[in-house]
Amino acid sequence: MSADPLGVLDLDAARAQVAAAASVEELEDVRKRLVGKSSVASKVKQSIKDLPGDQKPVIGKAVSEYTAAVTEAVEERLVALAPAESVGELIDLTLGGHGRSRGHLHLVTQCRRELEDVFLNLGYQVAEGPEVEDDWHNFEALNFPPGHPARAMQDTLYVNLGEPEQVVLRTHTSPVQVRVMETQKPPIYSIMPGRTYRNETLDARHSPVFHQIEGLAVDRGITFGDLAGTLEAFTSAYFGKKLSSRLLPSFFPFTEPSAEFSITCVFCDGAGCRVCSKTGWIELGGCGMVDPNVLRNVGIDPEEYSGFAFGFGLERMPMLRYGVEPIKTFFDNDIRFLTQY
Amino acid sequence: MRAPLSWIRELTPIEADPVAIAEALDNLGLEVEALEAPGREITGVEVAKTLEVSKHPNADKLNLVEVQTASGTTTVVCGAPNVVAGMLVAYAPSGATLPGGFTLERRKIRGVVSDGMLCSAKELGLGDDHSGILGLDEDAELGQDVRDVLDLNEVVFDLAITPNRPDAMSMVGVARDLAAHFGLPLNVPKPVIDESGEPTASDITVRVEATDRCPRFTARRIGVTMGESPPWLARRLTLAGMRPISNVVDVTNYVLLERGQPLHAFDLGRLRGRGLVVRLAGDGERMTTLDGVERVLTDEDLLVCDAEGRPQAIAGIMGGAEAEVHDGTIEILLEAAYFQPMGISRSSKRLGLRSESSARFERGVDPNAVLTGSARAAELLREIAGAYVAPEPIDHYPVPITPARIKVRVPRVEALLGVALGADRVKEALRPLEIEIEELAAGDGQEFVAIPPTFRPDLEREIDIVEEVARRVGFNEIPRTLPHTTGTGGGLTVRQRERRLLEDVMVGTGASEAMTLPLMAATDLERFGLSADGTVEATNALRAEEPILRPAILPGLLKAGAFNTAQGLTGLALFELGHVFAAPASGDLLPVERDHLAVLLTGSVVRTPIEPDRPVDGYDVVALVEAIAEALELADLWLVSDPAPGFDATTSTAITVDGTIIGHLGALRGSVLDAFGIAVPAVALELDIDALFAGARRDRAFHLPSRFPASNIDLAFVLDDTIPAADIERTLRAASGELLEAVRCFDEFRSDALGVGRRSLAFALRFRAPDRTLKDSEIAPVRQAAIDAVISAHGAELRG
Repeated sequence: MSADPLGVLDLDAARAQVAAAASVEELEDVRKRLVGKSSVASKVKQSIKDLPGDQKPVIGKAVSEYTAAVTEAVEERLVALAPAESVGELIDLTLGGHGRSRGHLHLVTQCRRELEDVFLNLGYQVAEGPEVEDDWHNFEALNFPPGHPARAMQDTLYVNLGEPEQVVLRTHTSPVQVRVMETQKPPIYSIMPGRTYRNETLDARHSPVFHQIEGLAVDRGITFGDLAGTLEAFTSAYFGKKLSSRLLPSFFPFTEPSAEFSITCVFCDGAGCRVCSKTGWIELGGCGMVDPNVLRNVGIDPEEYSGFAFGFGLERMPMLRYGVEPIKTFFDNDIRFLTQY
Repeated sequence: MRAPLSWIRELTPIEADPVAIAEALDNLGLEVEALEAPGREITGVEVAKTLEVSKHPNADKLNLVEVQTASGTTTVVCGAPNVVAGMLVAYAPSGATLPGGFTLERRKIRGVVSDGMLCSAKELGLGDDHSGILGLDEDAELGQDVRDVLDLNEVVFDLAITPNRPDAMSMVGVARDLAAHFGLPLNVPKPVIDESGEPTASDITVRVEATDRCPRFTARRIGVTMGESPPWLARRLTLAGMRPISNVVDVTNYVLLERGQPLHAFDLGRLRGRGLVVRLAGDGERMTTLDGVERVLTDEDLLVCDAEGRPQAIAGIMGGAEAEVHDGTIEILLEAAYFQPMGISRSSKRLGLRSESSARFERGVDPNAVLTGSARAAELLREIAGAYVAPEPIDHYPVPITPARIKVRVPRVEALLGVALGADRVKEALRPLEIEIEELAAGDGQEFVAIPPTFRPDLEREIDIVEEVARRVGFNEIPRTLPHTTGTGGGLTVRQRERRLLEDVMVGTGASEAMTLPLMAATDLERFGLSADGTVEATNALRAEEPILRPAILPGLLKAGAFNTAQGLTGLALFELGHVFAAPASGDLLPVERDHLAVLLTGSVVRTPIEPDRPVDGYDVVALVEAIAEALELADLWLVSDPAPGFDATTSTAITVDGTIIGHLGALRGSVLDAFGIAVPAVALELDIDALFAGARRDRAFHLPSRFPASNIDLAFVLDDTIPAADIERTLRAASGELLEAVRCFDEFRSDALGVGRRSLAFALRFRAPDRTLKDSEIAPVRQAAIDAVISAHGAELRG
């Protein structure tokens, strides 16, 4: 062992070896040779404890500096070698992610939820009922007596149960009103979304199946003004802006007075366009004050309570908002449509 | 109903602009479906005279017509067979426009330049007559705008009249509402007839056998000279959408339109026995209606017969051919009646036969205006058909129908509408509608009796009067408010929230929601391997081949899958939530309806370029069920072997909740996919949501997670490969006691050494105590118990 340790720790020679390393592997070999466990530097370091006391700090410092300098040179060389070496580890995250992307709720469901939420915030509940109904709930309790011409307004699909024409695929969500009033006492504030049926063939303009949402409020002192105000609150909340709405007299057996309600055309802001047939108005649905006969049919005293009801087609909303047409689109289940919204 | 403005103006002096009138009609509940101004699109078409007609040199069917216009002469090519020299015609020169936005240009027709065209009625938007050019009246002047000559500046309101307003199915009814709205008088002249000869009853008999179905029946004998209607009358009918036929028929239609009273004219010369009998048909009795169709009747159909009892009309709906008026008719018996509305409605519906008459009778005509309608027709026939009208029409009206008397409480009206009106305003709203107000002897005027006219059968109750008041006040004039209470607290039910959660879980797994039609064909079920037994179906579906209410969602979802596959779209992930239907439980009327969830995954899970794509497999749907179980925190959901229709027997399982099968998942049978035309792999699941939601949930009591170290043990077993891994997991859980924190199968392994039909399953078990570090001495017996349990329960060997 030399008394001059720096003679064996030739930094320049070490640097030359580091610089000569042509690959990461080679560099690692060089590093081990220079500062690894069995390197000269390591041996010098191990021998420090046997050195005379005054030499210990001198040699110790010399070894540390040497080791640090070599390590630094290795690091630098590694950086120089790295780009060529790490090509295989480069990840192009723009290729996309693992796993299926998120799916989509059907546009009708999205719309149903939005409408439900508007009314939930107004203190309403959501009620549901069967899609196959008896004549009582679908017609008679709603003040459509047998043979009433208004029944002919609905192209009813009958089901092979009970007496002929006794069991139907519900033509509207209104039978749920009856079921709610049969089972709950006022105050009632409910909305009733659901699937409804008409005897149509699926084509551009018709569908045997569509969805409606119905609203019902029965309480003491409910007025026609409350009906108009509620519809205005809802249309503003749903369409996100203050829209004019109007009620025009109409006829439904289960409401009196009855009205059709329209909103300012959302496409032309009332100026008149193709969608609103140049009228500036878009008809949304029917409404009215619950007919006293209906209240009586479900055991609610019309002298004590009054109520309003309204209903409209769910598909109509996205048709208005996004211009979806024809109605058949909703039931084709083309994945391109389902995943568009 | 089409209401020409000129006709309305004859009844009330309305001067408002057509758009304002349309708005008023809307606000009155007489919805304007279209506002038509037929002349609006016609410009530049003028009166011209044909001077000379000669053959087109190059076309057999065309003529060259020399035309005299106000400014000179020109030549027009014309194909109309009726063109002759000396006609006054509607000449559209180049630059003129016709309905539909069509602008004329000079152009060569078979080598000869035509300077515009001569118009047919159809080309001017006046009905369907395209058989020849339209000849104009002789008093038309050369160069005059044809809109003035033909009065094409007419405005027509096409109204949708609701079924409660039979009165508004007439010009008088529409005019009455408008007069009330605009504060104008209504002028409906009382018919004046010059009668002559013997009374009708002198040689005519009328017998009504079914008085309940025919509360009023009148007949009037009238001698007529058949011919065409005068232009003004024909034109009104045309504007109102009816085709002129002959003066007599046109008059009956005119009165129907003007007054809402349907009439029927029988040719008295063809009516055997010179009389009429109103009776119910015999079951199976037949008659041929005017449209040439033989109708088979039932004893619920009402007939108007000749005096010998032979059917001449289905009462109120349509006449027969036998006693129809014709060119040679010289004497008619004019029927005007009031038939019971429901009876007409039923017959009309059953026969599938609707007419302008039945549409009015089934809604209810005014029983007390029947004779006035008849008189109005007689008056018109005097004027245009040289009629002599026999005095004293026969009027069978044994029980006159009296108006309703309705007690109205002003405060009640105000309370329902939510607006303070006062008694006077309420009463004033009603009077112009011819609703009589009768004050109560004692009282402060806050209550009164309203007596509506009998042409308003819809006004029977106080609430009906409330509606009339609202209509008169204007629905949009009533202040808008919100209900004074804020509901019932509202909110979704637990079930509704969980349904939304389920939808969201599906969306989160990458599936998109489909909505398929719940009506399907028997073959759809067959293709899936389901039986139509126990299903319910629609009896009158327009698509008769698809009557079955779905007992399962998957067949419909497969059709949706096939639709997309046909568009070249695979790699689908579709789900649907909805009702399925089964025959009613015994004693019930309505079918059993349950909510199902179905999922269909097709094609490949796309991974390229990051990893290779791979076809969908059963584990993809298992992952969905795991996500559902996790979201709903189900305590006891397992997959067990159980074959199901549609699913491949060896690569599908049942889903159980609390030990009960609630659905199935796995690969679909190849034969099913073939049948639906899906040529890519597909896996699916369908389960009963109601049963899913009813499942027991995991304990939600709080347990502080232990901070003590875990002891991990791996155990590998060799066993029959028919034994489900889930069974081993369950055995391990049951045998491992409370210290077990988690267990998971981490390796499945088959080899020749293990033998055919054998496999190795390795499980990682993690043990932990809440209050201490577990010692090996504690774990050892638990480990042994777990091993023993698996060996004894499943005949497994511990793999060393």
